[in-house]
Amino acid sequence: MSAASMAAPLPVVSMTGTSRAPWLLSAPAFVLFACLLLVPLALTAVLSFQVFDHATGVKNSFTLAHYAALLTDDYYHAIFWRTLWISALTTLICVLVGAPEAYVLSRMRSPWRSVLLLVVLAPLLVSVVVRAFGWSMLLGPEGLVNQVIRAMGLPTMRILYTEAAVVIALVHVMLPFMVIPVWTSLQKLDPGVEDAALSLRASHFTTLRRIIFPQVLPGVLSGSLIVFGLSASAFAIPGLLGGRRLKMVATVVYDEYLHELNWPLGAAIALTLLLANLVLMLSYNRVLERSYKKSLG
Amino acid sequence: MSFLTLTNVNKAYGATRAVIDMNLSVEKGEFVSLLGPSGCGKTTTLQMIAGFADVTAGRITLDGRNITHAKPNTRGLGIVFQSYALFPHMSVHDNVSFGLEMRRVPKSERAERVKAALALVHLQAHAARYPRELSGGQRQRVALARALVIEPPVLLLDEPLSNLDAKLREEMQFELRQIQRKVGTTTVMVTHDQTEAMSISDRVVVMEAGRVTQIDQPHRLYEHPQTRFISSFVGKANLLEGRVTATGAWATVSLGTVALEVEAPGAAAGDAVVLSLRPEKIRLVAQGQGRLAGTVCERFFLGSQWLYQVATAAGELVVVCPNDGAAPAEEGQGIGLDWPAGQVRLLPGALHLPHEPQRALEAVA
Repeated sequence: MSAASMAAPLPVVSMTGTSRAPWLLSAPAFVLFACLLLVPLALTAVLSFQVFDHATGVKNSFTLAHYAALLTDDYYHAIFWRTLWISALTTLICVLVGAPEAYVLSRMRSPWRSVLLLVVLAPLLVSVVVRAFGWSMLLGPEGLVNQVIRAMGLPTMRILYTEAAVVIALVHVMLPFMVIPVWTSLQKLDPGVEDAALSLRASHFTTLRRIIFPQVLPGVLSGSLIVFGLSASAFAIPGLLGGRRLKMVATVVYDEYLHELNWPLGAAIALTLLLANLVLMLSYNRVLERSYKKSLG
Repeated sequence: MSFLTLTNVNKAYGATRAVIDMNLSVEKGEFVSLLGPSGCGKTTTLQMIAGFADVTAGRITLDGRNITHAKPNTRGLGIVFQSYALFPHMSVHDNVSFGLEMRRVPKSERAERVKAALALVHLQAHAARYPRELSGGQRQRVALARALVIEPPVLLLDEPLSNLDAKLREEMQFELRQIQRKVGTTTVMVTHDQTEAMSISDRVVVMEAGRVTQIDQPHRLYEHPQTRFISSFVGKANLLEGRVTATGAWATVSLGTVALEVEAPGAAAGDAVVLSLRPEKIRLVAQGQGRLAGTVCERFFLGSQWLYQVATAAGELVVVCPNDGAAPAEEGQGIGLDWPAGQVRLLPGALHLPHEPQRALEAVA
């Protein structure tokens, strides 16, 4: 009897504890999340439907004019299209450079591997603004790159303030975000599978293509999502290396807010970018899940 | 000339020598096991045969062809890895088919051979599944089918059963042997499990600290271990340290207060020796009879057997008796121990033998 009476209160305590504990424990994070993300996002959404007048500013009445402008004006189409292809190209280059880089890293011996992983991650420790100025010094008309080009007898190339400069700098900034997920999925790889493929007469290239690559594909795909998302919303790099003329979505939003003072239009552009990004990422994720769920779990 | 030969093969990692002067010849169709504790160089040896580890010195030939420095993807050997190393993104069928694809086998023949290989390991019904949907034993079979479907000249098994639970391991042992008999593939298996090595191999190669210490048929290895290490590593053994006091056709070995007569050609008076006596060779007899008197300290019931620990003047001995239904000896009971005189093996006293490994090899080659 005494054992039963001792045991009885325990489940009750743990029941009430378990039903409340998850909510209580996640409350601080939720409050922070709500205050810093959900509320501003909702306010932005509200703002994007408000009327703007150049003389009087934001008015408290509903309009769809900003979205209509976005959908009809070629100026915005061009900017959205440029943002899309620059992000896609950056992602592609990051896959082509980052995936082999991660593979080489994973095959290195112990001291070198951690040293070089640090080298790959080191750019993250330097401010994006500093790195953008670094690139502008390198790519400018009198920069190191053009000095080399001239030394080879070729005419000076205009690199700075072009799409090329933006892509180069974005790849540099985004590469760690590709290397890390690919590296993680390489770590999960059974080292025996490579030997197994070789023992079955596969060449090294075939082994990479048919055995290693499909297994790190989830890493490549999630790295692509991160790189694409961050590139599409990048602000500092296009702002500093694209110049005043070459605009991307994030820089246009900045202009609308701070130069035109047309906050509702800026909000509409920002939300459209968010929506486009969401649609692209979710459909990408769907495709990814459908083709790899069965084999890779 | 044997089918697969290793001649004075050495492997060094910097200053540490993993494999020292390994000599081994495997006949066509033979099942040979490399047995030893971890770190004895058995896996390194297998890796050198497979081509995944460089040979520091020596020669490996396969069917008369020198493959010492051949690339692993030109050797065409079938390998079953300890982790199975199945391709997780491919179905069972595609896993097995991969080796045939690499050999550019026509598609129709490929399907046929994959089917036959899966039938061999009883997995026809699972061809469309993915490795992660299979149990450990089934993955093991897929790995085996993948290695056998290419009809390799030699099948290499790296601790193939070590990831399976005890019951399944026993089943797979016999199945592995059956399959190997059926297809007749020359097989080299690495294992640290002596029962596994003995139950399925034609010959067992015992390795210790990078060296081969004995190559023999399983029952000869068990009955005539050449070193103290082997006698305790292969099966259980009572090891008694003593000194030879008299020689002749039979030597007298003094073990403290008692002396035993042992068949020991070549022993000299004054030699420090170790006697090895298998627990199941000893019989319990009535007190006052037999060769040695003792008292039962503890007894354990193992189902098919009784295991006794018996205190004697020569030290504590382990005795295993079959459970024949008769009443077992009680703890504390005084008894006599008897065994056939020829069953006591005399081993040199030192743990590591000063003898030449080459001599042992010539005896079997």
